[in-house]
Amino acid sequence: MGLLSDPSRRKVLTGLLTRLNTPICIVCYLAGIVWFMGLAFEPFTLRTYMSENAMGSTMVSSGERALSLAKEFDAHKRQAYDGMPVEWLVKAMQSRGLEVFTQSFSRKLPFPDENKERYMVRGTNVYGILRAPRAPRTEALVISAPCSPGDSNNQAVGLLLALAQYFRNQVYWAKDIIFLVNEHDLMGTQAWLEAYHHTNITGMEYSPLQGRAGSIQAALSLELSSDVITSLDLILEGLNGQLPNLDLANLFYAFCQKLGVLCTIQGKLQRNDWDTAEGYTHAAQTMMLMVLKQACGRSWGDHGLFLRYHIEAASVRGINSFRHYKTDAATIGRLLEGMVRKLNNLLERLHQSYFFYLLPSLSRFVSIGCYMLAFGLLVVILLLRALDLWVHLGAPALAAVEGVTEAQQPSGPGVLTVLTPVVISHLTGVALYLLPVHLQEMAVEHFPVSETEAVVLTAVAIYTAGLALPHNTQRLLSGEGTEQGWKVLKLTALLYLAVLLGCTALINFSLGFILAVTLVPITASMTPHMPKALSALVMVLLSPAFTVLYCVFIYQELIEAPVSVSEGWMLFLSVISQGILDHALYGSLVYPLLALFIYPCWLMFWNILFWS
Amino acid sequence: MNYCNLITIFAFINLLVSIPHGYSNYVETKAGQFFSSGHTNNWAVLVCTSRFWFNYRHVANTLSVYRSVKRLGIPDSHIVLMLADDMACNYRNPKPATVFSHKNMELNVYGDDVEVDYRGYEVTVENFLRVLTGRLPPSTPRSKRLLSDDRSNILIYLTGHGGNGFLKFQDSEEISNMELADAFEQMWQKRRYNELLFIIDTCQGASMYERFYSPNLMALASSQVGEDSLSHQPDLGIGVHLMDKYTFYLLEFLEEVHPASQANMNDLFKVCPQSQCVSTPGHRTDLFQRDPGSVLITDFFGSVRKVEITKDTINLTSPVEPPIKRSGSSDIQIESLTYVDQLPVAEIIHQQDCLEANVTRCRRKQQRTRKLNCQVVEKQTA
Repeated sequence: MGLLSDPSRRKVLTGLLTRLNTPICIVCYLAGIVWFMGLAFEPFTLRTYMSENAMGSTMVSSGERALSLAKEFDAHKRQAYDGMPVEWLVKAMQSRGLEVFTQSFSRKLPFPDENKERYMVRGTNVYGILRAPRAPRTEALVISAPCSPGDSNNQAVGLLLALAQYFRNQVYWAKDIIFLVNEHDLMGTQAWLEAYHHTNITGMEYSPLQGRAGSIQAALSLELSSDVITSLDLILEGLNGQLPNLDLANLFYAFCQKLGVLCTIQGKLQRNDWDTAEGYTHAAQTMMLMVLKQACGRSWGDHGLFLRYHIEAASVRGINSFRHYKTDAATIGRLLEGMVRKLNNLLERLHQSYFFYLLPSLSRFVSIGCYMLAFGLLVVILLLRALDLWVHLGAPALAAVEGVTEAQQPSGPGVLTVLTPVVISHLTGVALYLLPVHLQEMAVEHFPVSETEAVVLTAVAIYTAGLALPHNTQRLLSGEGTEQGWKVLKLTALLYLAVLLGCTALINFSLGFILAVTLVPITASMTPHMPKALSALVMVLLSPAFTVLYCVFIYQELIEAPVSVSEGWMLFLSVISQGILDHALYGSLVYPLLALFIYPCWLMFWNILFWS
Repeated sequence: MNYCNLITIFAFINLLVSIPHGYSNYVETKAGQFFSSGHTNNWAVLVCTSRFWFNYRHVANTLSVYRSVKRLGIPDSHIVLMLADDMACNYRNPKPATVFSHKNMELNVYGDDVEVDYRGYEVTVENFLRVLTGRLPPSTPRSKRLLSDDRSNILIYLTGHGGNGFLKFQDSEEISNMELADAFEQMWQKRRYNELLFIIDTCQGASMYERFYSPNLMALASSQVGEDSLSHQPDLGIGVHLMDKYTFYLLEFLEEVHPASQANMNDLFKVCPQSQCVSTPGHRTDLFQRDPGSVLITDFFGSVRKVEITKDTINLTSPVEPPIKRSGSSDIQIESLTYVDQLPVAEIIHQQDCLEANVTRCRRKQQRTRKLNCQVVEKQTA
C-alpha cells in the first residue's frame, strides 16, 4: 500500500506532524529571517553583468551649454508664477529642430493633498519629438524632466534642451527620441502616458496627444536640482513595487565606471570591503531600503509609471553632497548621451536580464530564485498549521467511526458559524476602504480638522472600531461557538492568508515578505485558549497598521534621519493619506490590499482569539 | 703554384660550362612549376552568417577578404559573396554607405563596386549548401552559382557566431560540421573542385573541420574547440568592434602577398599565433595530397594567370637553350614583370608605419610600381 493510503503509516505521519509541528514552525520562521538577512552577504550575491548582446561598446564625446539654459528656464519659470513656462519651452524646443506639442490635463483629487491644498489640479505637459533621420517611426525613447515649482529641477530641463540640440546633429538614431517636460510630477506623466497609449485607467481628463512617435522602448527621467553635482543616484522602484529590467541598472553602472562618475543607489555609495562587518551592514541597509521602498508601492520617481506599459524606465537624480570631487554638466550629459546611444542600439525591448531582483549595491544583485525561499519558509508555517488543524478536525470523526457512537457530536459547525465572521470582517474591510473618502465632508463639518486629516483619522477610527467586533459578532450568533467552530474558522483563515500572501509576494515580494514577518507568528499561534490580555496586546502590536508604523520608523533610521515618536506618528498619518491618494490617482494596489484583504484576515484571527 | 693555377683555371672553366646548364635547369623548374598545382581557375565563396548592427565585425571580415581576393585577381564573376548586407545602410551607422575595417576609418571595404550575390534573408543554410553542391533551380542567375569544375581551386571563408560543431546562420538556424563535410563529399563526387581551402573565423572554429573526409581539403580555423575567437578593435566613432583578431592578422599577412609572390601555406599557418590572437588557430592538412610547403597562397587567394611575357620564341619541343642575349646586364630585362595593385591597400594601411620606420622600403616599392606603369606605357607606344 502507498505511503499515504496505508492507515497505519498515515497515522505515524500525522502523529509526527502533530508532535513536531511547533518546533518545525519555529525553525522555519527563524530560517526564513536568517535567509533574508543573509541575502545581502557578499558571497551569496552575484556580480551584475550586461545580458543584452545588442548593447556593445559605445563611447563618444559631447559638449553642451547646459547651465546657461538652466538659468534661462529658471527665470521664465519664475515669470510664470512657478507654473510651467509653456511658450518659452515650446520656442526653445522648436528652435532646436524638434516637433513640439503640448497636452493639458486636469484631475479632481479625492481629497486635497498636503502639497496641492486644492481639489482640482490642472497642468500642461510639453514634449518635443526628435525624428530619427533615416529610420521609420516605429520605435521611440523618452527622456523626461519633471518641472517642479520653485528652484528644483531647472538644471534637468536645461540639460534636456542641450541634449536635444546635440542629438539633432547626429545621423545614427534608429529610434525617435521624445523630450518630455511634465508638470505636477507623477500626474503629468500619468496623463501623458495614458494619452499616448489611448487608455484611461485612473479617471484623468486630458487633451489627446497631437504628435506620436511609435512604441516606446525605454525611458529615462532626470532630476537635477543644483548646478554642482557630486554624485548620481539611480532610482528603480516603481508603482506597485515593479522594477525595470536589471540591464538598465547595469547600463547605468557601466557608464558610471567608464566616466568615473560617483554613483549611488538608495543614496548609499559603493564599498569595496564586502567581507567585513561594516561592509555587510552597509549592504544589508541598502537592501532593506530597497525592500521598504518597494513594499510601499508608490512610484519613487517619474519613471515608475512607465513600467506598467512594459517600458523599462529608471530615474537618475543628481545629488550635491558637498564633496570635493564634483561632476560637471558635460560629464552628466556624456553619461546620458552614452546611455541613450546604447539604448538606440537595441533591437527588441530589454528582456534578457532579470525583472525581479534586490540590489544590495549597484554591482551586486539577488535574483528571485534566491530570495523567494525566504518567503517560502514563512508561508510553509501557515500550511503546516493548517495541516495540523485538518488532522485534528478529522480525528474525532475517525474516533466516531471506530468506537461506539457515543453522545451525539454535532457533525460539524454550521456554515453560518464560520461564514458570519468572514462576512463581517470583509464588510469592515470594505468600510475601511470606502468610508474615509466618502465621509470626509461630514467629518469636516463635525470636527475642526482639514480634509486630509479627516480622511486619515476616519480610517484610523474604523480600524480601531474593528477591534470591538468580536464582542458584537458573538451576540449575533444564536448558538455557542464550539471547539470545532474556531478550528474550522482558523483553518479557513490560515489557508486564505497563505494564498493572499503568496499572491502578494509574487507581484511585490517586499510587501508580501514584510506582512508575512509580522502576521505569520501571531496567526499561526493564535488560539482562544491563550491568555486574552497578553495575546490581544501582541496581536494589536503586530497588526498591519502597526507594521506600517514600524516600517516608517525603520525607514527613517535607515536614511539616517531618525524621528521622535510624535513625528513618526505624523509621518505615519501622512503615509496613510499618501497611500489612499496613490490608489485613487495612479492605481497603486497597496491600500486596497491592506484594507480589503489583509485587515479582514487579521480581524478573523482577532475573532478566533475572542471565541468563547 | 702551377697546380694552384691549374686548379683555379679548371674550376673556372667548369663554372662557365655549368652556368648555362644551371640556367636551363632554372627555366625547366620554372616551366615545371607551370603545371605543378593542377588547377586552371579559381573560385571563392565568402559567407558572413550574422546580421544585426552589433555583428558589424563579421561583415567587415568578409568584405576585407573579398577585397583581398579581388585584388589578387579573382573577378566578381568567380566570387559568390553572401552577406546580410544590413550594415552600410543601417540606421545606426554614423557613416552611411560605408563599412570600415580599420580604426580611424582608414579603409572603407564597402565602396561602390561590391557585388553581393546573396543578401539579407537569402543567406541561409539551404542556399549555402545549394551553392556548394550546385543543386540550384534552373532560374538561378549565373552570379549566384558556383560554376566550378574539376580543375577549380576553391576558397571558402566563413565567419559569424559558432559553437562546438555548428555555425549559426542569421540567428535562426545552424549548419553542423557533418552537413558541411557531406556537402564537400558531394562536391568531390561530382568533381566540383580540384583543391579546396576552408577558412573559418568563429568561436570554436576547429570543430567545423573535424569531420571532413573528402580528399584535397585543407582547413584553417581561428580557434580550437572550447576557445572563443575575439574581436580586435572597437571604433569609438562607429561604436562597434570593427574586425576579428584572426581575420585582421590574416589580412595583414595578405597585404604582403601580390600575384607573383611565392609565399606558401606554411606561412599562412603561422598567421596569428596565440600571443596575438589569444585563441589558438588550428589547421588540418591530412586530406591534402600535396605538401603544404609547395602550395602557393596565390593558388587559392588569387587568380594567377600563368603568363610569362617574352619577346622571344621558345621552342618547347627541344630542350630549352639558354638565351645568350639574356646574360647581359640590362636592369629592365633581369627584373621580371609584376602586376599593378588594383587597390594599393598596403600603402594606405602602412602609411603611418612608413612615416616612422622603413621609409626606404616603402619608397622603393612605390618606385617599382611607378616604374612598371611607365614600362607598360612604353611598350604600348613602341
